[in-house]
Amino acid sequence: MGSGFLFQAVIYLSAAVICVPIAKRFAMGSVLGYLIAGMLIGPFVLGFIGHEGKDLMHFAEFGVVMMLFLIGLELEPSHLWKIRKQIIGVGLSQVLITTAVVMAIGIAASLLWQSALAIGFAFAMSSTAIVLQSLKEKGLMKEPSGQFSFAVLLFQDIAVIPILAILPLLVFLPITNSVDVHGGGIEGLSKWLQTTAVLAAVGGIVLIGKYAIVPLLRLIANTHMRELFTASALLIVVAIALLMQQVGLSPALGTFLAGVILANSEFKHELESDLEPFKGLLLGLFFISVGASIDFHLMYENAATIALITIAVICVKALVLFVIGKKAKLSLDQNLIFAIGLSQVGEFAFVLFSFIGTHNILTPQQTDMMMAVTALSMTISPLLLIVLDKWILPSLAKNNNAESAKEADAVDEKNAVLLVGFGHFGTTIARFLRANGVAATVLDNSSEQVDLLRKMGFKVFYGDATRVDILEAAGAAEAKILIIAIDSPEINLEIVKIVKQHFPNLEIMVRSKNRMDTYDLLDEGIDNIYREHLDTSIRLGVDVMKKLGYRTYSAFRAGQNFIKYDEAALRTLSQNRKDMKVYISAVREQIALQEELLQNDRKIVPSANDHAWDSKEMREKIMELDNQKSR
Amino acid sequence: MKKVLILFAHPRMEKSRANETLLKHIPSAANITFHDLYELYPDFNIDLEVEKKLLLEHDIIIWQHPFYWYSCPPLMKQWIDIVLEFGWAYGPGGTALKDKIVFNAITTGGANATYNTAGHNRYTIAEYLRPFEQTAHLCKMIYFPPFLVQGSHRLTDEDLKRFSEQYVILLTKMSEGDFTEAHMKEITFLNEICVKSI
Repeated sequence: MGSGFLFQAVIYLSAAVICVPIAKRFAMGSVLGYLIAGMLIGPFVLGFIGHEGKDLMHFAEFGVVMMLFLIGLELEPSHLWKIRKQIIGVGLSQVLITTAVVMAIGIAASLLWQSALAIGFAFAMSSTAIVLQSLKEKGLMKEPSGQFSFAVLLFQDIAVIPILAILPLLVFLPITNSVDVHGGGIEGLSKWLQTTAVLAAVGGIVLIGKYAIVPLLRLIANTHMRELFTASALLIVVAIALLMQQVGLSPALGTFLAGVILANSEFKHELESDLEPFKGLLLGLFFISVGASIDFHLMYENAATIALITIAVICVKALVLFVIGKKAKLSLDQNLIFAIGLSQVGEFAFVLFSFIGTHNILTPQQTDMMMAVTALSMTISPLLLIVLDKWILPSLAKNNNAESAKEADAVDEKNAVLLVGFGHFGTTIARFLRANGVAATVLDNSSEQVDLLRKMGFKVFYGDATRVDILEAAGAAEAKILIIAIDSPEINLEIVKIVKQHFPNLEIMVRSKNRMDTYDLLDEGIDNIYREHLDTSIRLGVDVMKKLGYRTYSAFRAGQNFIKYDEAALRTLSQNRKDMKVYISAVREQIALQEELLQNDRKIVPSANDHAWDSKEMREKIMELDNQKSR
Repeated sequence: MKKVLILFAHPRMEKSRANETLLKHIPSAANITFHDLYELYPDFNIDLEVEKKLLLEHDIIIWQHPFYWYSCPPLMKQWIDIVLEFGWAYGPGGTALKDKIVFNAITTGGANATYNTAGHNRYTIAEYLRPFEQTAHLCKMIYFPPFLVQGSHRLTDEDLKRFSEQYVILLTKMSEGDFTEAHMKEITFLNEICVKSI
C-alpha cells in the first residue's frame, strides 16, 4: 500500500509537473493542462490510474471546498453590498433563465418535469474554478467582464443552497441506495425535516464562525507559531466540511459561508495565504481527476448524444449570458469574455448530479451521461477561451480600445497607501492621514492591537508583512506608497528588501531608529527615511533654548537649520562610512560615528550663517563709514 | 535671449482659479524658470544660498502673487527679507542684482476701476506697489510696471484664458528680449504690450 501510494503520488505529481508548464507555454492556462494530464494518465489512455480516479475526485473536491472558503474570505459584506445589483440582477436572471430554457428543452425531449428541472439547475452552474483561475491569470478581475463573471459565479454559489434544499422535494421515485458520500445522518428523515436541517446547519455555521472561530484564532495567533495557525486554518475547513456532510449538505457551501463570516475578521489575509497552496494543489488534483474520470467508453457509445447535449448546453448558456450582458450594456468584447467564459457546466454540477443521482431524480445511466457532459464542457471551455483570446478579441480590440479603458478605470477600491506596523508610530501616521481624508490599508501582526483598532473603524489586517503573499493580498501591487513603521529596524530592513524585489514600483517611506539602521536603509537606496528621534529631540532642544531666554523664533529657526544640516551630514557620512575600516562590534562603530559627528558640528555651526533680520553687520558698516568721514 | 525667473507665492494655490490658469499656460522653455515658494518652503525656512544662486542665474525676475491686503503673501515678504541681503543685494558692495529687471505679476479680486481716488480702494495699483518699486531701486534693479489680472472673482473661463494668453505673450517677449526700457517707462501696465503681433 505504501509503495502504491508513493507510486500514485509520483504519477499525479509528474503528470501535473509535465503537462501544466507545457499547457502554459502554449497559452492554454493551467486548468486545461491539469485536465489533459488527467486524461493522459487516466484508465482510458495510459491507464496509470484505474477507476479509483472517481474516489480521488471526491477527495480532490476538497480543493473546491477550500476555494469556496477562500472566495468567501474575499467577500466582505460591504463589498457584497456594493455589487448587490450585479449579483441579484445579473446572477438571478442567469440562473433562472438558463434553468428555464434547459428545463423546456428537457421536457421537449420527453423527460419528466422534475428531472428536467434538476438538470436545468445543475447546468445553470458554471465552473468557479475554471473561470476565476483564467480571469486571474489574464488579469481581468477588475474589468467589467471579470466583475460580471464574479457576480454570476457568486450568485450561483449562493443559489446552490436553496437548490440543494429544493432537490429533495423533487423526489418522486423511492430511494434505493441510501448511503453516499453526500448522504449523512439525516437521510432517513422526511423531506421537510431535511430542509429544516439544512437551514439549521447554515445558521449554525454563522454562529460558530462568529463566536467560536475568531476567538480560537486569536488564541492561536498569540502563540506566534505559524504552523499552528496553518493547522487551525485547515481544521476549520475540514471540520465545517465534515459537519456539512453529516447533515447531507455540500461541504463547499458550509465553508463558503464560514469564509464570508471570517472575511471581516483581522485574520483574513493570514488565512488566505496559509490555505492558498493547499487549495492550488487540491484543485489541480481535482482537475486531473475530472480529466481521468471522463469515461471514453460511455462517450464512444453515446458519442452523438453527449456531443449534442454538450454543444447545446454551451450554446444555450453562452446565449443567455450574452443577452444578459447586452442588457447590462457590456461592450462587445467584454460581453464575449463574460458569455463564453461562463458557458461551461461547473464543478457544482458534479455535486448536484451525485445528489440528484442519490435521490433518484435521474436514472444512473442519465446521471453518468450528464456527468460526462459536465466534464466534457469543462474541457472544451478553456479551448473556447483560447479561440476567443487568439482570434476573436484581437479583431474587436481596435474599435473598443478607448471604451473599455474608460470602464476599467472607474473601478478601484484599493487604497493608495499601505501602512505596515501599527504601534505608536504608525497609529499617529494613520490618524493624521485619516483626519485629512487619506485612507490607508494597515497591516500589523499583533492581533490584540488589530482588534482594538478595527473597533475604532480602521481598515486593519492581521498578517506578517515580511511575506510577499500577505503584502500582495493587502494590495501592495496596486498601492502607490508603502509606509514601513515597525518598531524593529531589522524587520523594517527585511521588508524593504522584499518590497524592492517584488514590488519595484511601490514608493517606500520608512521609519528608522538610529543612525546605524538609517545607513543600512541608505545603502538599500531608500530616500524617504524618517528617523523617529530627530524632530522630537530637536523640538525638545528648541524648548530648552526658549526656557533659557532665547527668543522663540530664533530658537525655532536654529532647530530648522539643524535638521537640514543633519540630514545633509547623514548622507555625506554614509558615503564616508563605506570607506571606514570595518568594525567588529556595532558599539565601536557607533562611538566612532558619534565622534565624527561631534567634530563636524563644531566645525560647521548650522545657525552661524543665519543673518536674517540681524542688523549687526549693517551697524558695523555704518560706524565704519562714519569713522572714515570724521577722520 | 534673457533668462526669466518666476517667483510664485500663493498659500492656497489649489483654490485659486486665476493663478491655476496662469500657471497652466506658462511656456515650458529652457530660459523660463518657475519657482514655487510655498511648495518649497512650507516652514518659511528659505534656503538663502539656493535663492541667491537662482537670482544670479537669471536676468528678469517676476514676483507673481495674489494682491492680499494691498501687498504680497507673507512668504514672499519673508523671501525679500532673507534673500536680499545687506552687502549682497544692497548697501556697500551690494551689487549682485544690479541692472536685473524685476516686476510684479498680480491677481486682484477687485476690478481696476476700484483702484483710483474715486473707487473704494482709493489708491492706484502703482501707488500700492511703491515698496516693491523702492526695493528694486535700492537693489539697483530696473523696475517695470506690473502685469495685472484684475476682478478675478468675476472672471469667466473665457476671460481667464484671455489673460493667460497675455501672460504667455509677455513671458515670450521678456525671454526673447523683445522690449525697450524706454517703452516700459511710458506704459502703466505690462498688459498693454501683450497684444499678438500681426
